[in-house]
Amino acid sequence: MNEPEIDLRGASDYKDRAFAKMTAGAAGVVLLILGLIAMTITRRSLPVFHEMGLGFFTTKRWSPPDSLFGALPFVWGTVFTAAIALLIAVPISLGVALFMTQVAPPRLGKPLVYLIDLLAGVPSVVFGLWGVLVLSQHFDLGRSFLTAGIILAIMIIPIITSLSREVIDTTPPGDKEGALAMGTTRWEMITETVLPHSAGGLVGAVMLGLGRAMGETIAAALVIGSALGQMTVRPLAPGNSMPAVIANEWGEAQDLHKSALIALAVTLFAMTILVNLIATGIVQRSMKRGQGT
Amino acid sequence: MSAVGISAGATETAEIFVVPDLTAKRSWRSVKSAIMTSLMIASVIAVAVPLVAVIWAVFARGLQAVVHGFPAFFVDEIPVIARRPGPGMGPAIVGTLLATGAATLIAVPLGVAGAVYLHEYGVKNRFSRLVRFMANVMTGVPSIVMGLFIYVTWTLRFGYSAFGGALALACLMLPVVIGATEQMLKLVPNHLREASYAVGTSKSRTIMSVVLPAALPGIVSGSLLAVARAAGETAPLLFATGAATEYNLNPFVEANTALSLQIFGNATSSFVAAQDRAWGAALTLVLLTFLITLVARFVTARFARRR
Repeated sequence: MNEPEIDLRGASDYKDRAFAKMTAGAAGVVLLILGLIAMTITRRSLPVFHEMGLGFFTTKRWSPPDSLFGALPFVWGTVFTAAIALLIAVPISLGVALFMTQVAPPRLGKPLVYLIDLLAGVPSVVFGLWGVLVLSQHFDLGRSFLTAGIILAIMIIPIITSLSREVIDTTPPGDKEGALAMGTTRWEMITETVLPHSAGGLVGAVMLGLGRAMGETIAAALVIGSALGQMTVRPLAPGNSMPAVIANEWGEAQDLHKSALIALAVTLFAMTILVNLIATGIVQRSMKRGQGT
Repeated sequence: MSAVGISAGATETAEIFVVPDLTAKRSWRSVKSAIMTSLMIASVIAVAVPLVAVIWAVFARGLQAVVHGFPAFFVDEIPVIARRPGPGMGPAIVGTLLATGAATLIAVPLGVAGAVYLHEYGVKNRFSRLVRFMANVMTGVPSIVMGLFIYVTWTLRFGYSAFGGALALACLMLPVVIGATEQMLKLVPNHLREASYAVGTSKSRTIMSVVLPAALPGIVSGSLLAVARAAGETAPLLFATGAATEYNLNPFVEANTALSLQIFGNATSSFVAAQDRAWGAALTLVLLTFLITLVARFVTARFARRR
């Protein structure tokens, strides 16, 4: 009586193990790709580091004909435009997320979710096209750090808003009702219960938005102005950022120039990975805490 | 009046003075709350305005280009001389469909299989936690880095092609598909799995014929959203797809083009004709991505109703 049972298990066990191995392999592809990205692009960037050393990060001049490649202005441009984008996007996203969760009746909440999804669904190159042919010409902005910051802000608002909404939704209703029962106004209820409860997650959401803003290429490449060597804090000056330089100069780049552009990509990769690692850690921890209490 | 009545229970004289004080304070607090609420409404408007402006511009200027040369705009090849007015985005539409389609064929099976491992086999072991974390990090890798990665590993050896672009897009889609699928697998009730085991079905068979079919609509809609995002991507194609103005139906050889690449290339052109084509391409791309998103919503809605 026992034998067919054992037989059956043996056969399916073998197939099962093969199936499990196959799916594990598919999951491992993620690690493989990330590892390969880091390895291959770093290797291709080595020539420029042989030439420039660590001066690549500290030199202000970028002149391909002289084989002179200083990435500092582009690193600055990336940080500067991302900062402008955050300055615009964070208050607006928080406002929308709070409106959706604390103020709007459910009937209004759903169309708002659609609105945010719609905004997230517009391809970045279309924002870039609108930025270069409409926004930069009609509002006297020109192609500048500020124009790039505005376009980037529009593009990261959806991700910050929807993540903030999720985090805010984990606030225990009892806390909010308790605050309201004490006679607080809606705003006091928000500052006393909702914001303290979701602070960690909100920081994470903002950092994920920062990562997006730093890596966004095409829209920035179209509207930032492609000026070389600008290290200014004037928002209306034309500038450049790392991804924009790569996209704009790739077409005419030769050996060492190409290597320098790939080195910019390595720098960008490292910066965004760092920001995302921190952000993912913060979000996951605060989500866990939200579920626990 | 009622306030006085309440305070009468405590010490009489002192409380009466507190009452007007309280109302005064309360009004400032409620004003503050009203101000903050209206700021929230203002931020909703601040989100809606650019969205409406962008969509308005795309439709107003895109329709001009598309209707002007209809249906030639969707069929003709792209003029080689940029200043020449007139239609032609046919090859770009085909290129976008080829690259996005191939990327879907690569990323969706891989992503679903990976998610099956994460949720059905390795739920809490170290490897799956690492993969889950890294997939999260991978969604944040800039698309231009993916493009350069494929350039370095693929294009340098095999040359420009739609398939190279598809590889880069697949890298972008993979973590999104994994995340969406794992969420859907979580929703499959455990008693379905138990019922399947109870009749002696093996684990792999249970997954293939019970778990995955139950989660299918969710997986389809999640994947479609990833497809919609990939269809609009430009940077990954920039390094791997090359530039072409003629039809290229073979995804594996020769440079190809895409709607997003055409928008990027024509946006900074000083020729109005080229700009018009960029707007027309933008309208086509927006309609394409919205169509995919709508289908995804439809699938989700049917799924929700059935449950």
